[in-house]
Amino acid sequence: MSKDIKIKKGLNIRLKGEADKTLSSAPRSRTFVIRPSEFHLITPKMVVKEGEKVEAGTVLFYAKTNEELKFVSPVSGTLSKIERGAKRVITSLHIEGDPQDNFKEFGTKNPDSMNSEEIKNHLLASGCWPFIKQRPYDIIANPEVMPKAIFISGYTTAPLAAEYDFVLKGKESQLQAGVTALSKLTKGKVHAGIGGAGVSPFNGLNDIEIHKVSGPHPAGNVGTLIGEIDPVNKGETVWTISPQDVVIIGELFLTGKFNAERIIALAGSSVKAPKYYTTKIGAEVATFVYDAGLNEENVRVINGNVLTGNAINPKSHLGYYNNTVSVIPEGDDYEFFGWTMPVFNKISTSRALTFSWMFPKKEFDLNTNTNGEHRAFVTTGNYEEVFPLDIFPLQILKACMYKDLDEMEALGMYEVAPEDFSLTEFICVSKQPHQEIIRNGLDLMYKEIG
Amino acid sequence: MGLKQKLHKIKENLKGKKMAPAFAAFHTFLYLPNETTHSGSHIRVADDLKRTMNTVILALIPCLIFGIFNTGYQHFLALGEIEAATNGFFSASFWSWQNFAAGAWSVLPLVIVSYVVGLGVEFIFAIIKGHEVEEGYLVTGMLVPLIVPVDIPLWMLSVAVIFGVVIGKEVFGGTGMNILNPALTIRAFLFFAYPTWMSGDKVWVLDAVERANTPDAISGETILGSLAQNNPVTHDWLDMFYGFVPGSIGETSALLILLGGLFLIFTKIGSWRIMLSSVVGAIVMGLIFNWVTDAGIITETSKFYGLMSTEFWQHLLIGGFAFGVVYMATDPVTASQTNRGKWIYGFLIGFIAILIRVFNPAYPEGMMLAILLMNVFAPTIDHYIVQGNVKRRLKRLKTKTA
Repeated sequence: MSKDIKIKKGLNIRLKGEADKTLSSAPRSRTFVIRPSEFHLITPKMVVKEGEKVEAGTVLFYAKTNEELKFVSPVSGTLSKIERGAKRVITSLHIEGDPQDNFKEFGTKNPDSMNSEEIKNHLLASGCWPFIKQRPYDIIANPEVMPKAIFISGYTTAPLAAEYDFVLKGKESQLQAGVTALSKLTKGKVHAGIGGAGVSPFNGLNDIEIHKVSGPHPAGNVGTLIGEIDPVNKGETVWTISPQDVVIIGELFLTGKFNAERIIALAGSSVKAPKYYTTKIGAEVATFVYDAGLNEENVRVINGNVLTGNAINPKSHLGYYNNTVSVIPEGDDYEFFGWTMPVFNKISTSRALTFSWMFPKKEFDLNTNTNGEHRAFVTTGNYEEVFPLDIFPLQILKACMYKDLDEMEALGMYEVAPEDFSLTEFICVSKQPHQEIIRNGLDLMYKEIG
Repeated sequence: MGLKQKLHKIKENLKGKKMAPAFAAFHTFLYLPNETTHSGSHIRVADDLKRTMNTVILALIPCLIFGIFNTGYQHFLALGEIEAATNGFFSASFWSWQNFAAGAWSVLPLVIVSYVVGLGVEFIFAIIKGHEVEEGYLVTGMLVPLIVPVDIPLWMLSVAVIFGVVIGKEVFGGTGMNILNPALTIRAFLFFAYPTWMSGDKVWVLDAVERANTPDAISGETILGSLAQNNPVTHDWLDMFYGFVPGSIGETSALLILLGGLFLIFTKIGSWRIMLSSVVGAIVMGLIFNWVTDAGIITETSKFYGLMSTEFWQHLLIGGFAFGVVYMATDPVTASQTNRGKWIYGFLIGFIAILIRVFNPAYPEGMMLAILLMNVFAPTIDHYIVQGNVKRRLKRLKTKTA
């Protein structure tokens, strides 16, 4: 069954350095790192001590609030270092990888013949649960709550992000096992959004409702899919999961192993030969970044795509949820009369002596310069043009800034995640940090309302 | 060491000090800053607030230049030294060097005073409060000299600018937080504090005040003034469209304002929704009044007859209507902030502007008061538009649970 969704509002950002559709194997990383800060609002309780051996799938720590919620090692090796920051908060776990992975055996299972409780316990025990996120609040899903539906977006519209049609090729059986398992966990359906063109690996799967999505970014964001199909009301919960993580879950059922293998896109204008790499969660990004080569020295390496990712040190490691690593030039330089000169080499949604509207097909080479200083909100009406949800973006941002919980709730805070505001942030003339504002707003609501 | 490195060094030295915002204002004027993204989107669009404001100023420059020529032209015309311009928009007797020199001599001081005083206040507040100097005043500072009569004394303008920037903007928290349009706050202050200066038939032509009660007295009444007193209008409508009429410095040329408006719509800086709906609102009100006079309900003996019987489309050309619609009603901070709200906001501005114009014989320019009034009501309009969205969300929940 297939339903069509057409998104009109949005903006496709065309950037130079899209990953070439060839797959290479990244050299095996020496160390692997898990950063607990990636699991938002989770306080880790360590299970393994420094210096102990772990297998791929061994529990490293669990959540302080819920002992069931376990986080496992992506590879086998030795936990060499637990790094702590201020107030002894664990900032990162370093694992010295073995040359070959030993997998902890969870046993092959058939999700078709399992009930919801069994599947849930299996996912929690094997460390696959953290892949599932929930809305409201955009945090790791609460296992106690049964969601009204589960959403997966298999359509890529974010700039330079990994194409799902490419990275999921040949993984149909794992996807099917994962989707079947997930479908037992919800009262409703598992919904997947796929692009109109190309052959999606989701086509032909069972236990899933497929929606053909078309339109500019953020048509591929899972938040847009939820907004179009079944928006979150007060008191309701939906879950979201990225297709690559469904594959890991599927593989767990099919093989009994937690296989943290990832196909990632290495993209961006600073990369000499942008392409896809097979690597593992937590691997050093240097293993593939230097394999592909860099065009310049002064770059920003981003875990994730350029709109929603985190900036990392080039010697740092791949994030737990990321399937894209972007490298773009840093923009820490001045530009003479940059605010008034006609601009041809940067993207703009206005035509105020900016000429990107004349070249709709051109690929731009953008750097990290903000192109202006931080200001109060002044312009109106421009966010709405790139924001497809039935929410007033400016008003909800302001509500978050003055922390009016009632207003935030009334304006639709339960429906949004920070990534939904990445485009409004991109086009913001006042250079306000929209995603941070929304994240802080969600955290405040979670603390006050729960 | 180049200029770029030198300025960078000064900036680093000033970091955290009181003077940092003032220096940054000059520095960022010369150079787009080296600021990079930290959280969220790692890339940003090319536009910033300076560019946005600069675009509005670009749209205002033709009005300023025309205003300079017109000031000289009206002056010499009233003195009887030159012939009226009759050869269309590019008449030689209008675009003359003599007109420009006389106009520039009196208009440029107004521009300079407006900017120096206004930006001075902005800098002081930025230093006291430790925030950046925001760009809002760049547009306000250009608007102010264009909406005052040419004979206004400079001290009066300074007082008004200080009042407008402090009370109209800074007390609310600066650019982006104000409720009333600062330029119109300045204009309203002038009007209510010095009413004899701001109306009548003396202030609209250069030197008219000084020559009053002398044998050389000149006068130039605005079209609105004539209509309000049921006097016959001596200018034909093409003059009004081109702008060869007395009036506030920059607001007479409907043609250039129209071009400026189209430029703002094209660059997506000005809201076409507000501009279009204001015009529609004014036309509707104008048609209602035309109907009233046609039906004989109001006759020539009424003091309202002059403006009421003015053909509806002429209302768009006379007075400050066009200028207000294009450059001041569209101010995003004080206008309605929702797209649907903008339609209502704009329509009511046009509607009320013509209403005030007709029924307020003392001061026939309704545009200023209409915009200020709707500035006050814009948050209310937005509130109801946003409530619509909130109700829809609640209803969705109800149909679910029912």
